[in-house]
Amino acid sequence: MEILAFVVDGLLLGFVYGIAAMGLTLIWGVMNVINLSHGPIIALGSFGVYLLFTSIGMNPYLALVLVAIAGLLVGMLVYAIAIHRVINAPHLSTLLATFSINMIIIGLGTALFTTTPRTVNYSLGSLTAGPVTVLGTRLVAALAATLVTGLLYLFLYRTTLGKYVRAVANNRSAAELMGIPSSRILAFSFGLGTMLAAIAGGLIATFFPFTILSGGVYELKSFVICVLGGLGNPLGALAGGLVLGAIEGIIPKFLPTTWVPVLEFLLFIIILLVRPSGLFGAKK
Amino acid sequence: MKRPFPLLFSILIIASLLLAACAPQATPTPEQPVVTQAPAQPAVTEQPPPTEQPAPTEPPPTEKPAAKEVVALIGFTASQTGNLNVESTRQINGLNLWMKTVNDAGGVKLSDGSVVKFEAKFYDDESNKDRVQELYTRLATEDNATFLISPYSSGLADAAAVIAEQYGKIMITTGAASDSTYKKGYTLVFQSYTPASKYLTGAADLLAATDPSVKKIAIAHENDKFSTDVCTALKDYAEAKGYEVVLFEGYDTGTTDFAPLINKIQGLAPDAIMGGGHFQDGSTLAKQIFEKKVPAKFISLLVAPPEPSFAEIGDAALSIIGPSQWEPLAKFSAESAQAAGVDWFGPSSQEFTDAYMAAYTEEPSYHAAGGYIAGLLLQKAIEQAGSLDIEAVKSALDSLDLLTFFGAIKFDTSAEAHGLQLGHSMVYIQWQGESGSLKKQVVWPKEGSSAELLDPRK
Repeated sequence: MEILAFVVDGLLLGFVYGIAAMGLTLIWGVMNVINLSHGPIIALGSFGVYLLFTSIGMNPYLALVLVAIAGLLVGMLVYAIAIHRVINAPHLSTLLATFSINMIIIGLGTALFTTTPRTVNYSLGSLTAGPVTVLGTRLVAALAATLVTGLLYLFLYRTTLGKYVRAVANNRSAAELMGIPSSRILAFSFGLGTMLAAIAGGLIATFFPFTILSGGVYELKSFVICVLGGLGNPLGALAGGLVLGAIEGIIPKFLPTTWVPVLEFLLFIIILLVRPSGLFGAKK
Repeated sequence: MKRPFPLLFSILIIASLLLAACAPQATPTPEQPVVTQAPAQPAVTEQPPPTEQPAPTEPPPTEKPAAKEVVALIGFTASQTGNLNVESTRQINGLNLWMKTVNDAGGVKLSDGSVVKFEAKFYDDESNKDRVQELYTRLATEDNATFLISPYSSGLADAAAVIAEQYGKIMITTGAASDSTYKKGYTLVFQSYTPASKYLTGAADLLAATDPSVKKIAIAHENDKFSTDVCTALKDYAEAKGYEVVLFEGYDTGTTDFAPLINKIQGLAPDAIMGGGHFQDGSTLAKQIFEKKVPAKFISLLVAPPEPSFAEIGDAALSIIGPSQWEPLAKFSAESAQAAGVDWFGPSSQEFTDAYMAAYTEEPSYHAAGGYIAGLLLQKAIEQAGSLDIEAVKSALDSLDLLTFFGAIKFDTSAEAHGLQLGHSMVYIQWQGESGSLKKQVVWPKEGSSAELLDPRK
């Protein structure tokens, strides 16, 4: 029964990892761009919630809605400025473009906020059942992540705009022939991906301290999750997040916590070698 | 002569080299401090020769020649960014306060009559060991710092110490407790903190003195040099005292999620939890232990609890114990120095606290006091040596045996551990009081305590 505490904590965190990875995989799936500015965007999401909470006392979950909208707009802006011109160029160009965005955000963030860790001092108490004690903030984060995933799927499969996104992801040329404005859809998709990253950052801020550099850790985890769940597969990303979270939770039961990243990245290499399309298959 | 020009050329070159070697040196050597001229002051003993036609701009014949003012450049790095920012900022505040105090008081007089004033030269090390080595090399060579003060933390100080020794600069380390730095054969590095081997052992003494029923201890520490040294020494000490150490595990620097580690601790049901690392991970660990409702009788963590901003984690701070290098409540005075038969030097605790609060509008933590004491030790050694000569100041530091507001100071002078702090000892604080108005109380050593130990379960 004692192991239940490890599993539950890991799974709750896994939901948030899943949301972060979903943003990365969505951008990859729709436009074949590996977004290296994903980590700093996650950190910006954390700072958004932090600033709204500390400056005007806004509830962090209400602040999350504003952060999500800001994430969408920032993503569309980044696409227009840095990605659009190189979208059809080889992968290295888009990698360098997003890496530049990464460096700009980190540089500006360090200048504005320094790298002193920040904390959103907000508590929702905790629930205890047997050996398991669950923090309210982590439970709400998991519920929010589930809600966001559900809404994303409703959007992609039940709305016209969502269908456009899927159409562009499947075959951009064909979508353009059908009159879908692919450039605008690509910008929107990039915005959607950064929105998910910002939401993940905002949720992380409610229970962990962070700096402008903190996003790098979640970006790395997102890559592992994307490979685990299948590149370009949003639902696979959520499932991959849960698997990674559970692994992170369970390993410390049997081994020192310092082994967690070693085994995580070992898994990353094994999946790449044995099943490169991921456990749940890459985008079709 | 068949080749007159090459021969003539060679003679000219040799003559030029000889002339250059005999010429007076135009610039100070790297070991020489920067010397500036102080404003003219009235002379009493010296009479300048009278002149028939004094120039209008020259000083009147009654004025004495200007006293020499020597500027000693104090080089150091500050972690203005990075995970050590909180502690480092306080340390630098303390150091700057010392510098301002001593300069405002007229500086330090040397035996040749000149006066030393201090000037700071520092860079941001980004809490990064690689940057520290690069910047201390720059301080020692390009900036030609007269003395060096260590950066905050054992890891960074250790990285800086090798540079100080290599370039023949005296370095006072502060905010750095690791023992191993002083066991590498260095002769110019002096420690102001209680060493790591004695940093948390008092917590085991406090535990034994207040609750003999406690048997099981869990130790979870940051995987850095300082925390590992402290906790390894604590483990050995606790086991020697008969405690069972049920968990001894490190966590990575920068860890934010302690849930798996806390679950592990809960499974082992220890009576006491000890360890931690630095401010950020320590305060996060304390917060998550509270949120997870871990029923430990005794929690003692490194570095974070004595910081005034530790109270920002709210009720999670209640009953947390922490070793402190210094507390404003500490009762060291000129009288206690006299009773102990040692010299007293510097301000009292109250004077330091008042000056710090006036300068920075916050209560000083031990990091701030550590910054001040590093400068104060240098000041005492220069006063005693009467010069800025490296060997003379080193000998003065070696012979120091004094009491300050920070506590006793005495350095190991053996070849095995030269510079290791022998005189200083820790005090232990605990956060007590009502929710929303928590205050630090000294709970150990008994003779210096301001309150009884609080059991967190009551």
